[in-house]
Amino acid sequence: MILQDSKTLLEVRGLRATVNGTEILKGIDFTVKAGEVHAIMGPNGSGKSTFAKVLAGHPAYVVTSGEVVYEGRDLLELKPEERARAGVFLAFQYPIEIPGVANSQFLRLTYNSVQRERGNDELDPLEFDDFVREKMKLLEMNPEFLDRSVNEGFSGGEKKRNEILQMALLEPRLAVLDETDSGLDIDALRVIAGGINQLSTKDNATILVTHYQRLLDYIVPDYVHVMDGGRIIKTGGKDLAVELETRGYDWVGEEFAAARVTA
Amino acid sequence: MSTALQNLVNQPYRHGFVTAIESDVAPKGLNEDTIRMISGKKNEPKWLLDFRLDAYRRWLKMEEPTWSSVKYPKVDFQAISYYSAPKSKPKLDSMDQVDPELLRTYEKLGVPMHERATLAGVAVDVIFDSVSVATTYKAKLAEVGIIFCSISEAVQLHPELVRKYLGTVVPVGDNFFAALNSAVFTDGSFCFIPKGVKCPMDLSTYFRINTQDSGQFERTLIIAEEGASVSYLEGCTAPKFDTNQLHAAVVELVALDRADIKYSTVQNWYAGDENGVGGIYNFVTKRGLCKGVDSRISWTQVETGSAITWKYPSCILQGENSIGEFYSVALTNNHQQADTGTKMVHIGRNTRSTIISKGISAGHSNNSYRGLVRITPKAEGARNYSQCDSMLIGDQCGANTFPYIQVKNHSATVEHEASTSKIGEDQLFYFAQRGVGTEEAVSMIINGFCKTVFQQLPMEFAVEATKLLGLKLEGSVG
Repeated sequence: MILQDSKTLLEVRGLRATVNGTEILKGIDFTVKAGEVHAIMGPNGSGKSTFAKVLAGHPAYVVTSGEVVYEGRDLLELKPEERARAGVFLAFQYPIEIPGVANSQFLRLTYNSVQRERGNDELDPLEFDDFVREKMKLLEMNPEFLDRSVNEGFSGGEKKRNEILQMALLEPRLAVLDETDSGLDIDALRVIAGGINQLSTKDNATILVTHYQRLLDYIVPDYVHVMDGGRIIKTGGKDLAVELETRGYDWVGEEFAAARVTA
Repeated sequence: MSTALQNLVNQPYRHGFVTAIESDVAPKGLNEDTIRMISGKKNEPKWLLDFRLDAYRRWLKMEEPTWSSVKYPKVDFQAISYYSAPKSKPKLDSMDQVDPELLRTYEKLGVPMHERATLAGVAVDVIFDSVSVATTYKAKLAEVGIIFCSISEAVQLHPELVRKYLGTVVPVGDNFFAALNSAVFTDGSFCFIPKGVKCPMDLSTYFRINTQDSGQFERTLIIAEEGASVSYLEGCTAPKFDTNQLHAAVVELVALDRADIKYSTVQNWYAGDENGVGGIYNFVTKRGLCKGVDSRISWTQVETGSAITWKYPSCILQGENSIGEFYSVALTNNHQQADTGTKMVHIGRNTRSTIISKGISAGHSNNSYRGLVRITPKAEGARNYSQCDSMLIGDQCGANTFPYIQVKNHSATVEHEASTSKIGEDQLFYFAQRGVGTEEAVSMIINGFCKTVFQQLPMEFAVEATKLLGLKLEGSVG
């Protein structure tokens, strides 16, 4: 929801980043205020996922210029774990498997790491068990997932549910969901989107990185951005997503190129 | 490898101090006179001297084995001192007579030598260089007929038992290092659990090498008679020297009908520095004989130290329905090399064995699992299950698995599973993105990886092992 007088959560200015010496992000300007839902769309290789990982601080990406201010702090100065504790959450496109580590143990460790930072009480295993089971209901997850190793042997849909479960536990202020809809059947998509909607408040914001308009039928964005060649080349309202679905991305690129020539 | 990971795996060794104690050190070099000297110092019977000389003569004709994947400069066996003992009077009746300097050493190492201060009743035999300096709880164990003492003492007090079993599991000419050990072994632990007795406490030996140019050649012999059971723990450390020390031990276990021996090791010998200078060469022969029906021998090892580890705790499953188990975690860092695994030799009917091996390599180290499962023609219905998992930390290290499987009986079932995984940037980033720092993440990943082995360790040892792996891998996070 777009709110009057809401706080700016994230301000990105002229952000450029490289991976293995190749420039992927070529000057991104982007602002997110509390309460908003942003969708970032664009063709494969446009830099969407890179942008998500740079915000979270993935060590393989090097920021070469620009700035990122999160709640008034220089986000780029913070280590990935500090960003997470400060409320930045990334739902992974390909969640990582951790053999031998029980999901319950992992979830509790992450929960407590973040609570410690916020000055809240940590939960012991029994308290946490009650707490996490409640959260799992939101995503219609079977409690047996607590005893399994983190993401090991999970189906694509189960991994994505597990990501959103972590989002529900950590209660981030800025959630970046990288292709959370990919690989989901329609029922799973409905459940996961329902979960994400329930977690949305006027104090937090969500950035959805996606290929398809499909997800946006369930989670209605306030803004839709089109990314191509490492830049945001068009921004619009939720109708832009529908237009992209029917017309594809090419026309946006052409429009952008034409605008650059005249400018 | 990221700097965070690099810092994490470079943690200093905490047991690297030298005890300033006057020692009686034999001149370097090995010949028949050295052996006669050792035997004489220990006031040994003639049969034992003959045993040693027989081993020595066989050893002279043997070649140092080269089949393993470990690489090291040729050991000069004439540059080693084969006997080193603290000068204060040997064999004591009470802890109060132990040299205070020694007591302080073990206090520093966290090994309880005072019975009143011991952990929930663990009896300890303490070996310093070549001799046993103390054994706790001897009297209490004797009440139920258990003999727990140094092997030198056993030779004096129970020569018939030592003579009956010594060299029956690992014959004098078994291999190059076992032959060397048989010729020059100086001390070690001896345990005898009589018929039907369940040992009321864990027995433990703590090995410490203190002298720079001495080797440690200990000999351990554990016998569990019919229906007896015992859990035995072994710990080891050594000071930091920039030269290599040789540790060539032999451990023999004998389990008679329905006997149960559980042997756990946490090995933390000095591993050399980050450039691979110094450290212990750990060339050890450990073997258990399940001689009786329904007997069981279980090896659990956590190998974190030594410049080179060359060790295959094995089980000969002779008795019908006998069970052999091998649970291992081997961690190598810097330039450490480990070639370790097991041998399960199935001879009796319906014998079963389980092998769970977890190798963790970091730095420039190399970690190999090498294991043999042999099903002999008479081993009707024998079964084996093996699982060998390797984990790599960073991209400069190596892991190998060499399973040898020989099946000569059609009714046998042999299963082998193997996997290799990597703690990579992505795994650590995943943890970080959830607010968890590198150290905690690595520790959780490693403990998850080793869980099935740690569950086999006695409680206090499991805690120790978890801490030790943490120490080996923790550090300042960059």
